[in-house]
Amino acid sequence: MKNIKKMNKTTKSNLLTYLMVIAIYAVVQILVATGNVSSLLQGLLVPLCAYIILAVSLNLTVGILGELSLGHAGFMCVGAFTSAFFSKCMVDVIPSSGIRFFLALLIGAATAGICGILIGIPVLRLKGDYLAIVTLAFGEIIKNIANILFIGKDSNGLHFSTKDSISLGLEEGGKVIINGPQGITGTPKDSTFTIGVLLILLTLFIVLNLIHSRSGRAIMAIRDNRIAAESVGINITKYKLMAFAISAALAGVAGVMYSHNLATLTATSKNFGYNMSIMILVFVVLGGIGNIRGSIIAAIVLTLLPELLRGLQDYRMLIYAIVMIVMMLFNWAPKAIEMREKLAAKLKAGRKKNTKEAA
Amino acid sequence: MALLEVKNLGISFGGLRAVNEFHMEIEKGCLYGLIGPNGAGKTTVFNLLTGVYKPTEGIITLDGENIVGKKTIDINKAGIARTFQNIRLFKGLSVLDNVKVGLHNHHKYSTIEGILRLPKYYKVEKEMDEKALELLSVFGLDKYADTLAANLPYGKQRELEITRALATEPKLLLLDEPAAGMNPNETQDLMNTIRFVRDKFDMTILLIEHDMKLVSGICEKLTVLNFGQVLAEGETSEVLNNPEVIKAYLGE
Repeated sequence: MKNIKKMNKTTKSNLLTYLMVIAIYAVVQILVATGNVSSLLQGLLVPLCAYIILAVSLNLTVGILGELSLGHAGFMCVGAFTSAFFSKCMVDVIPSSGIRFFLALLIGAATAGICGILIGIPVLRLKGDYLAIVTLAFGEIIKNIANILFIGKDSNGLHFSTKDSISLGLEEGGKVIINGPQGITGTPKDSTFTIGVLLILLTLFIVLNLIHSRSGRAIMAIRDNRIAAESVGINITKYKLMAFAISAALAGVAGVMYSHNLATLTATSKNFGYNMSIMILVFVVLGGIGNIRGSIIAAIVLTLLPELLRGLQDYRMLIYAIVMIVMMLFNWAPKAIEMREKLAAKLKAGRKKNTKEAA
Repeated sequence: MALLEVKNLGISFGGLRAVNEFHMEIEKGCLYGLIGPNGAGKTTVFNLLTGVYKPTEGIITLDGENIVGKKTIDINKAGIARTFQNIRLFKGLSVLDNVKVGLHNHHKYSTIEGILRLPKYYKVEKEMDEKALELLSVFGLDKYADTLAANLPYGKQRELEITRALATEPKLLLLDEPAAGMNPNETQDLMNTIRFVRDKFDMTILLIEHDMKLVSGICEKLTVLNFGQVLAEGETSEVLNNPEVIKAYLGE
């Protein structure tokens, strides 16, 4: 009996998360339709979807697996560039934007996931915060590689260079696809807000179902006590790697979203650098480590706030900072946690009373 | 043949000889005690048995199978489960989930089946829930099923750790100072619990303990360890009356 009640509790909580996303989507669509959203904000919607996916997927590494990753933007970068490259190559071959984007998603997720596995195999065997250091380096390396990479295509096939576009030696009529620091221009704009929301729901489906399954329990057991997990026969490396690879692959999906929304995709420190990785981590920490719904809310609030406060000029960043501090206190201060628990207990008691009276 | 046979087991940490020529034979169904002064190497023996440390030399056979050199998880699969001196629970998980982690290798479905919620997920999860609740109810812990493991009272945490170890369906259960930090009443309860576990699950139990009341109360056989060497072994009453043991450990 108790067991059934418990199942309901997690299912209810998951359902609430899905409903929250759908409700936000509906509200935004209504606001857009009635013309209440500025074009600036509308332009922010697709990146926002990417940020939410990034925050949720990073929460899988930080909150559920309990490892610190400082290079989440690196995986996003891998997904963004490989998928944009694919889409630009295939734009004539596959005319249907739906199929093309679907394949781009698979490619972006797969390459980012493979990068996650390659990094994870040596690093996740170690105890301690080595993952943070290695992922930090990985993020920077990927960004710099994207900046020196030149790839062109002509009738002979693909040409690679790390110098400049001339040394590609393209035939006449050949075109440069990745142009070093100028990045990829002319990626088909296949991602929309609706697709973004669908991908958020997909991400939630994968992450939430993983957490509440046998593998998810194993991952959280490793987080809580590695030695005990080993003593009950849990394969530490396998489950760490699994969680990290899934997290990386989902970051790749976010990258695909992001790149297919831009006319020109370049790897700058602003979008794929260290700052971006830290910003995603801030979403996760302020939303509550291990709290998936919190990550979504934090990503939305902290992305939209600077834009909504644009009218306040100089006070904008001040308010942004205050909101961050308030969110942190709300989530982590012992008194606040106590207060929240009391409130929840009161609500619960009230609800019980009501049902009793009703019966 | 004995369930567990240990011969000539030894380990050195650099120049320190922590365990030397250790030997032990535990018959199936026996309640066996490992005692000795602090630093004698008792927990080191546990860590050798469970593959946390690799022995410098020696043979350990469980049910006729050599387990030296195996990894901890494979030794657990072979049939040794343990609890820890300082309780190691999965504190962020519920009591029920702690036991379900213990069931990990006996009730399987793939990660994909878990993510896609295929029928097998529901079937196996239901089995796991039933099995876990059954185990928990043995200790009267089923009413705490939804509680976070970290919020359990101390004595209950010990019991949960034993439940989790039992969930892996071991042949041999190792308990590292199960009565540490317990008051006399709790210790009395624990003694009953350990005896009960042995009888109910037909379990073989090896325990490390300093509480002589518990040791003399439930252990059928003892090995006394001193400075990494076996000082005495045999029937509990004989060993506890051995003058050398009294001199080295119990006090005259």
